[in-house]
Amino acid sequence: MKQLFVRGVMRLCAVLLAGGSVSFGVYAQPAAPTAAVQVPLMSSTPAVREAAPMAEDPQIEARLVDISQELRCLVCQNESLASSHAELADDLRREVRDLIRQGKTDQEIKDFLVARYGDFVLYRPEVKPLTWVLWFGPFVLLLVAAVFLGVYLRQRRQQLAPAVLSDEERARAQQWLKG
Amino acid sequence: MKKVLIPLILFLGLVVFLAIGLQRDPREIPSPLLNKPAPEFSLSTLEGDEKFSPAQMQGKVWMFNVWATWCVACREEHPVLVAFAQKHNVPIVGLSYKEIQPQDEAAKASPEVKLQVARERSVVWLKSHGNPYVTSVMDLDGRVGIHYGVYGVPETYIIDKQGVIRYKRVGVVTPELLADKILPLINELNKS
Repeated sequence: MKQLFVRGVMRLCAVLLAGGSVSFGVYAQPAAPTAAVQVPLMSSTPAVREAAPMAEDPQIEARLVDISQELRCLVCQNESLASSHAELADDLRREVRDLIRQGKTDQEIKDFLVARYGDFVLYRPEVKPLTWVLWFGPFVLLLVAAVFLGVYLRQRRQQLAPAVLSDEERARAQQWLKG
Repeated sequence: MKKVLIPLILFLGLVVFLAIGLQRDPREIPSPLLNKPAPEFSLSTLEGDEKFSPAQMQGKVWMFNVWATWCVACREEHPVLVAFAQKHNVPIVGLSYKEIQPQDEAAKASPEVKLQVARERSVVWLKSHGNPYVTSVMDLDGRVGIHYGVYGVPETYIIDKQGVIRYKRVGVVTPELLADKILPLINELNKS
């Protein structure tokens, strides 16, 4: 348990060190001898490689870009499928291109990927009971906060309300003031 | 007292959430294929021209392990699988995933040449590292990988007698994982 916690803290440090600018895919260094290491399916020279050449049909390419902007690259998780240079992204774009050629609708193409990689590939997850917390949670929190604020303000107003003295108190006060 | 207690409770709650959340691997994506039939395919094997398809494993509980000679993490995992294969009567089928990488020289060759090069490389690698596989299928273009939701190497699946995926591991299979999770599951599946 302690070891796990230490690993969690180290992972946090690694992420912080990376400054958030480096995508998550990078910190799984293939050479590091930890148990959880996995080789990202990335080209070893991502900077040199260009995105896959455009297909002959610009219409297909336009739709590909449209669809893949809504999809997450599984390897570089903060990149969309449209912008990722990861090898798997190339393969998935090829797959999407094929599906477009087969005349599939956008929804069918998204369903194809969700069936294999889960809701995670969608940048805009479907609204269903499992994702209700995700979609509506922030609004519920806002509502709860608003209720708390209202209660607090009302209490404060009561506390700050000018004190009303009873007749007896007023008589005593006048006596003191006469001193 | 109350002034201190409420922030303290909130803070502890935050700590608990962080402690749990930070231990989770953001790269590990839950597979939607769990408890779904393993996708069918037919691919050339490492050994010869005979094709392999998962239907041939009907009636057996088997392991499907994604690997490649270029995969560094597989070198750590491989001895574990070799030892497992020697000790237990569980067939392990390998999925040789994209053995020819885009930056390889052979990437531009014809499919036949690519298959040949991939086979040669894999055989040499298995000879020196040991071969735990009853057979390895050659997924050169990574299509079967996509159908199985593969997004990294290694990955491992346990498939039951009816051909349903019962377990998926993303990353290296460790001896602990085998002993604590995978083997009990296989025994369970073998009973039914």
